[in-house]
Amino acid sequence: MAAIEQESEQLTLGRLWSDKRYRAVITQILVVAGVFMLVAYLAVNAVQNLEALGKTFGFEFLQAPASYDINQTLIPYNSRDTHFRAAVVGLLNTGLIAITGCIFATILGFIMGVLRLSSNWLVNRIVYCYIEFTRNVPVLVQILLWHGVIVTTLGVPRNALSPMEGVYLTNRGFYVPRPVFEDGFGLVVIVFLAAIVGMIVFSRWARKHQEETGQIYPVFSIGVGAIIGLPLIAFFIAGMPMSFDTPELKGFNFQGGMVLKPEFTALWFALSVYTAAFIAEIVRAGIQAVSHGQTEASYALGIKPNWTMRLIIIPQALRVIVPPLTSQYLNLTKNSSLAIAIGYMDIVATLGGITLNQTGKEMESMMIVLMIYLTISLLISAFMNWYNRRIALVER
Amino acid sequence: MAETTQTYEPGTHPDLPPPLATTGALGWIKKNLFGSPSSIALTVISVYLLYLILPNALNWALFDAVFNAGSRAECRELGSGACWGLANVRFSQFIYGFYPEHLRWRVNLTAVLFFLAILPILWDRTPYRQQWFIYSALFPIIGYFLLVGGLGLEPVETTKIGGFTLNVVIGVTGIVASLPLGILLALGRRSQMPIVRTLCVMFIEFIRGVPLITLLFVASTMLNYFLPPGTTFDLILRVLIMVTIFSAAYIAEVVRGGLQAIPKGQYEAADAMGLRYWQSMRLIVLPQALKISIPGIVNTFVGLFKDTTLVVIIGLVDVLGVGRAALSDAKWQGLAWEVYVFIAILFFICCFSMARYSLYLENKLHTGHKR
Repeated sequence: MAAIEQESEQLTLGRLWSDKRYRAVITQILVVAGVFMLVAYLAVNAVQNLEALGKTFGFEFLQAPASYDINQTLIPYNSRDTHFRAAVVGLLNTGLIAITGCIFATILGFIMGVLRLSSNWLVNRIVYCYIEFTRNVPVLVQILLWHGVIVTTLGVPRNALSPMEGVYLTNRGFYVPRPVFEDGFGLVVIVFLAAIVGMIVFSRWARKHQEETGQIYPVFSIGVGAIIGLPLIAFFIAGMPMSFDTPELKGFNFQGGMVLKPEFTALWFALSVYTAAFIAEIVRAGIQAVSHGQTEASYALGIKPNWTMRLIIIPQALRVIVPPLTSQYLNLTKNSSLAIAIGYMDIVATLGGITLNQTGKEMESMMIVLMIYLTISLLISAFMNWYNRRIALVER
Repeated sequence: MAETTQTYEPGTHPDLPPPLATTGALGWIKKNLFGSPSSIALTVISVYLLYLILPNALNWALFDAVFNAGSRAECRELGSGACWGLANVRFSQFIYGFYPEHLRWRVNLTAVLFFLAILPILWDRTPYRQQWFIYSALFPIIGYFLLVGGLGLEPVETTKIGGFTLNVVIGVTGIVASLPLGILLALGRRSQMPIVRTLCVMFIEFIRGVPLITLLFVASTMLNYFLPPGTTFDLILRVLIMVTIFSAAYIAEVVRGGLQAIPKGQYEAADAMGLRYWQSMRLIVLPQALKISIPGIVNTFVGLFKDTTLVVIIGLVDVLGVGRAALSDAKWQGLAWEVYVFIAILFFICCFSMARYSLYLENKLHTGHKR
C-alpha cells in the first residue's frame, strides 16, 4: 500500500513538472527564492563585515569638508568645500566631456562616414586606415598617448609653441585669448537667440509649404546666414562691444586668457576621435542600407543629385543610423570615466576616487556613482528613443 | 587616305579598342582620383596631407629610429627618431610581466596550446573536428595549471602574471565564460515567465548602463564586503568575474538580436514536433540564432579585449602597467610616443585580425542578395 501511494505521489509531482503552466510557476518561485536568498546572504555578510570594521552605513560624509583640490572646475570650488560639492564638480566635468565629445565625434564621424563612401580612391583608403587604426586600439591607450604627447612633447610655458598670436601650446595646457564682453553685448545675444527662434519657425513653415506646393526654399543656407549674419550686424551696430584678454607670460606661467588643461584636451580629443571612427562606420552602413533603387527612382523623377541626397537618402538613412548612434553616445559618456587614468577630475575620480579613499565609504560612494551613470544612460536612451520614434517610418 | 575612305558592310567593322583614357592605369586614375571637380580637390588635399605626415612619420618610426640603446640619453645621441631601444630592452616584460624568467616557457606553451584549441572553432574543415573539440573543452583546465602551477608544476603567484599575457588571460577567460552566461541571459530575456524576464532585463540594463571601470572599482574595493568575513579573494579572480559579467550582458543583447531574427514558424515547428523547451532551443533555435549573431559576438569580444587594459587603473600590471612603469623609470622618461605606439600596435594586430575574421564569417554566412 505504502509503495503505491508513494508512486502516485511521485506521479502527481511529475505531472506538475510536465505541465507547462505549473512548471513556469514553479520555476519562477524557485528563481525568486534563489535571488532572495542570494541578496539576503550578501546583505548579512555586508552587515557583519561593516560591523567588524566598525563602519556605519550613511551619507553624512558628503557634508564633511573635502580638503582636496580639483584643477579644473566649472563652478567655484576650493578644498574647504564639502565632498558633495566636489562630487557635483566631478559630475559637471563628466557632463562637459560627454557633451563636447559627442558634438565633435558626431561632426567628425559624419564627415568620415561620407568620405568613406567617396568614389575617390585615395580619400577612401585614408579614411579606411583612420577608422581601422582608431577602432582597433584600446581607447585608454589613445587617451594616455595623447596625454603623454601633450605633456612630454610640448615645452614649458617659456618655450611655448605659438601657432598664432595669443595662442600658446604648452605642457601645462593650451592658452587661448578669453573674450571679454562689455556693455551692449546683450544686444548681440538677443539678436542671436531671436535668429534661432526665427529660423525654427521659418523651417517649419518652409516644410509645410513644401508639402503643400512642392516649392523648396534653401532653408539651410538662409539659416546659416541669418544665425551668423544677423548677430554679426548687431555686433557692429553696437560698436564691437568685445575685447580679448590675451594670455601673457609672467614668471614661470601664463597669466590671463583661457586655459584648456592637458587632461581635458587629451581626453576630449581621444574620446571623440575614437567614437568618431565608430560613428563613421554607422553612417556608412546607414547610407548603404538605403536601396539603390531609391536613388535611381529619384533620378528618374528628375530630382537633382544633392536634392536626392537630402530628400530621399538621408531621411531614410537616419532611421538606420539613429539607434546605433545612441549607443555610441552612451559609450562615449561611459568611456569618459577613464579620465581617472590621466587625472581629469570627473565623477569617478572625485567621488569614486579621492572621496572614497579619504572617507573609506566604499559602498556609499560606489552606489552613488553607479546610480548616476545609470540615470545618465536611461536619460540618453529615453531622449534618443523619443527622437527615433519621431523619425521612424510611419506605416499604414 | 585609303584607310579613311574604306567602307564596310554593316556589321563587318572590326571592334575598335576603347579610348586610351578609359582603360588601364590611366583610366583608373582618371576615374578614381580625378573623376569630378570635387574629387580633384579631395585628391589634392589628401596628397598634401600625406606629404606633410607620411615622410615625418616614417623618418621617426623607421629611418631615424634607434633600435638598440640602453637609455633615452643614448638614443638621443644615436638618432633623432623613435627610441625603440626601450621596447627592445623591456620586450619580455611587456609580454610576460613579472612571470619568473625560468618558467616563461609555460606561458609560451599555453599560447601554442591555445591556438591549437581554437583551431577547430575558427576553421570548419579541421581534420577530426569532433574529436578535437574534446581537447578544446579541456584546454581551460590545462591552461590554468600551466599558468598558475600545481599538479607537480612549480606554483606561480597570480600577481606575477602580467604584461600582455595578463591582457590575453583576462580577455580569453572573459570571452569563454561570458558566452554561455550571455546565451542564458538572452534566453531569459525572451522567456515567457514574467519574473525571470524582468530579472534578466534588470541585470542586463544595469550592467550595460554603467562603465566597466566602476564595476572594476566595485570588484577591487567593495566585493570583499559581500563575502563571508575573513574570506580573501584573489584580485585577478575578482576582475575576471566582473569582466565576465560585463561582457555577458553585451553578448546577451547580441544573441537576443539573433533570437529575434528567427521566424516564429521555427519555434512553432519545434513545439509541434513535441520537443521540450531546452530541446527545441538546443536543436532548432540556438544553432540558427548563434550563426547569425557570430559577427556581433566577435565584435563584442574585440571590445572586451580592448577593455582588458582598464585593469591598470585598479593596480594590476598589464601591458599598459608595464609601459607606465617604464615611463616613470628615470632612464626612459619622456618616451610616451614610443611606449604607447608600441602597445597600440600590439593591440591593433590582435583586434584587427579578429575584426577581419568576423568580416570573413559575415561574408561566408551571407547567403542572401547582395548589391
